[in-house]
Amino acid sequence: MWQFIGIRVIQGIFTLLVISLLVFLATRLTGDPALVLLPAEASSKADYERVKKQLGLDKPLSTQYLIFLKGAVQGDFGLSIRDRRPTRDLLLERLPATLQLALAGMALAIVVGVPLGILSAVRRDSIFDKGGKLFAVLGMAAPQFWVAIMLILLFGAILKVLPTYGREGPENFILPSFVLAWSIMAGIMRLGRSSMLEVLDSDYVRFARIKGLKDGMVVWKHALRNALIPILTFSGISLAGLLNGAIVVEQVFAWPGLGRLMLDGVLQRNFPVVQAAVMASAFFYILTALIVDILYVYADPRIRH
Amino acid sequence: MATTDLVLETSQPQLSRRQRLAEKRLPWIPIVVLLVLLVCTAFAHWLAPHDPTSLNIINSKLAPFESMEHPLGTDVLGRDMLSRLIYGARTTAQISVTALALGAIIGTVVGLVSGYWGGWSDAILMRITDAALGFPTILLALVVVVIMDPGPTAIILAVLLTVWARFARMIRGDVLTVKGYDFVTLARITGVKSPVILWRHIFPNVANTLMVITSLMVGQIILLEAALSFLGLGLSPGAPAWGIMVAEGQEVILDVWWLSLFPGVAITVVVLAFNFFGDWLRDYLDPKLRRAR
Amino acid sequence: MTNDVILQVRDLQTHFFTRSGVVKAVDGINFELKRGETLGIVGESGSGKSMTAWSILGMVPHPGRIVGGAINYLGENLLEKSRGEMREIRGSGICMVMQDPLTSLNPVFTVGDQLVETLRLEYDEPKRSLRQRAAQLLANVRIPAPEDRLANFPHQMSGGMRQRVVGAISIARAPNLLIADEPTTSLDATIQLQYLRLLKDIQDQTGAAIIFITHDFGIVARMCDRVAVMYAGRIVEQSDVEDMFDRPAHPYTEALLQSVPDLDTDVDTLPSIEGQPPSLDALPAGCSFAPRCPHAWDRCQEYPDEFTVAPGHTSRCWRSE
Repeated sequence: MWQFIGIRVIQGIFTLLVISLLVFLATRLTGDPALVLLPAEASSKADYERVKKQLGLDKPLSTQYLIFLKGAVQGDFGLSIRDRRPTRDLLLERLPATLQLALAGMALAIVVGVPLGILSAVRRDSIFDKGGKLFAVLGMAAPQFWVAIMLILLFGAILKVLPTYGREGPENFILPSFVLAWSIMAGIMRLGRSSMLEVLDSDYVRFARIKGLKDGMVVWKHALRNALIPILTFSGISLAGLLNGAIVVEQVFAWPGLGRLMLDGVLQRNFPVVQAAVMASAFFYILTALIVDILYVYADPRIRH
Repeated sequence: MATTDLVLETSQPQLSRRQRLAEKRLPWIPIVVLLVLLVCTAFAHWLAPHDPTSLNIINSKLAPFESMEHPLGTDVLGRDMLSRLIYGARTTAQISVTALALGAIIGTVVGLVSGYWGGWSDAILMRITDAALGFPTILLALVVVVIMDPGPTAIILAVLLTVWARFARMIRGDVLTVKGYDFVTLARITGVKSPVILWRHIFPNVANTLMVITSLMVGQIILLEAALSFLGLGLSPGAPAWGIMVAEGQEVILDVWWLSLFPGVAITVVVLAFNFFGDWLRDYLDPKLRRAR
Repeated sequence: MTNDVILQVRDLQTHFFTRSGVVKAVDGINFELKRGETLGIVGESGSGKSMTAWSILGMVPHPGRIVGGAINYLGENLLEKSRGEMREIRGSGICMVMQDPLTSLNPVFTVGDQLVETLRLEYDEPKRSLRQRAAQLLANVRIPAPEDRLANFPHQMSGGMRQRVVGAISIARAPNLLIADEPTTSLDATIQLQYLRLLKDIQDQTGAAIIFITHDFGIVARMCDRVAVMYAGRIVEQSDVEDMFDRPAHPYTEALLQSVPDLDTDVDTLPSIEGQPPSLDALPAGCSFAPRCPHAWDRCQEYPDEFTVAPGHTSRCWRSE
């Protein structure tokens, strides 16, 4: 098992290195950051050389990459081109907001999605099942950003019960985390239902009933443990969706997180910021994927041995 | 025997042929929606009552049904909502179809090659496929936009980069199955060339899968395209694209609510229609793919 | 003592209510089982033999329902029991081993866990003594080093070993009646024999009555005292095993026996019988076997009554009138 985790860690580090190289090259190969920084009207050759030197762009590419890597480990990707602030400070400022949001969203998706999926499997054709189905179908079809805006309209403008932007208090979390959880919740529910149905149809669940176990024990012990395995896999896959969602949700709710930092960075061609944001999200993405893998080993003894 | 509503018994007896056919009845509502979309795409210039981009400040912020001239109202700059929605259908269709077609072609070729030849080429192609599958799509799009500047090409490329891998995965799986059939072995033994085997014998047998994935992917692609437009990574502001329209409406949502509402409903309805149609097609062509999503 | 009846099935009817109509999976069957006796229920797939088993256990799958008759277990009608009472009877009174014993064990729990949770239903004892009982059970089904095996997951055991674990669990609460549903279809010949031996062993140890549900007359000959032949939801012939082999009265039984000359072939394919088993939602009026029967005549337009051809030997064919 430790060997398995070790291999995963090494794979993760390797992936990070590849991403760092791509990020580094992508930002260097596409236009000259020094030109972006210079005001359009006053651009003498001397100014240009000065800025270039300042940014370290005069050194060879390989040296630049090594410097980049060394900084990356410490979260230091240079100064933001816009406001001259160290990227490290920006990261430290924005990361907690996104992590909190992602955690809240994932927790909401699991806490609501898993029981709803199981309820709709165990009580087929009940109100849970039908409502769940409708919700799942909509969750797959309605765009997240639009749902977010409609919720702002409903709860913020018409009912005036929830704040619609910023992150001052806990009530600020309600709408963004719900929207972030929206499609993952629908996915978990659908999958929870189908995997639960499959497990309930398995011989070992029937045998558990044949030997006289109580229904609750059959569902919550025998069936659930097995049904959770595909849900865990799905949660791992939907981490990518979570990151996608974070960018959209942060944009709509003016959430001061990593996603918006990244989006603004791209639209403003603020390369150090883009690099910092992409590397930070890649790091956390790989870290959580690793955690999911480890959980997986615990959930399924067939892998453990 | 006392009954409770806990349903633990699951297996059903085999459905009769008649029942199975009944369940495969054509999904009329989705088909009608898709036909409307098709007509809007093809005849947008002819159907739309106004130019989708012409400004008219005097008639700005007209509410829906306020004037028969603008049945769905106008936006902040007085542009006709109905016309913008119709042209938006065209934009969506153009971008989605291009990305989907390219993605399907690349994915199918990769899947065929990877599944048929196996070995090293398979191992390498599948690693790349896995990487593309795991990469967050919007993040990927951001990287594309960094390199290319925002625009339709950037969006198509971003969508394409995530779509092809899904095709490659599924097609490869199918090829592995078909490869084991006797007629392929026979063709190989009799010395038929590999490209011919791939095209004449294997491809027709994965065509069903290809159609099913295509129809199931459309919804996701439309959503991705809309999200990228919404974030301002696609067409220039003001262009008639549903995602952009939602974004424009967001700024004035308290005032002019219909600006965001209508394009969002349009996206949802179209994606729903494609999803239902895809589900139906999958069940109709190949019940084995039931869990393919 | 050996003559008391533990199970009596009277006119049992289990129907499925599907969208296209009612499917009569079990349509009025009668049989009895005495303590320590072994009954074989033989028939092709879809003849209703498995549904008979699920009916007895009170676990008829959706959308099926028991619509009539009685299942008297130790003198009490199971159809009048509540869901909770039925659960008390399952496992402790009536237990079943399913078609594929290998998939009957939950892959994510240890063998010991699955045994102990069963034993806990029967004995109110601390976990340590339950584990001792579990180890004892494993020893009873001849598993070496039973204490060590308790900590194993099912996938760490061989197929034969898992079979025995399932056997151990099914006798953990000492049931009076054990149902074995096609216990050998998924197994290869050697394991099949081992398994039959295990079940015989269990019967010797516990004195349980066994119902063998099978389409293999070879197993019937080897294991059973009595045999009931099912066709399209009904028992068409029933007698002692020897009587059935010597003097089959129903043309269907004849055909089944003819198609297994060496008593070792599968009956699922019946080379000597023309046609397919009928679809239960489109049964012919009259005798359901008539369309495939070489002896069919006018009389078969009407469903035959049950005729006694010899003491304890009944047949539902007009030829036996």
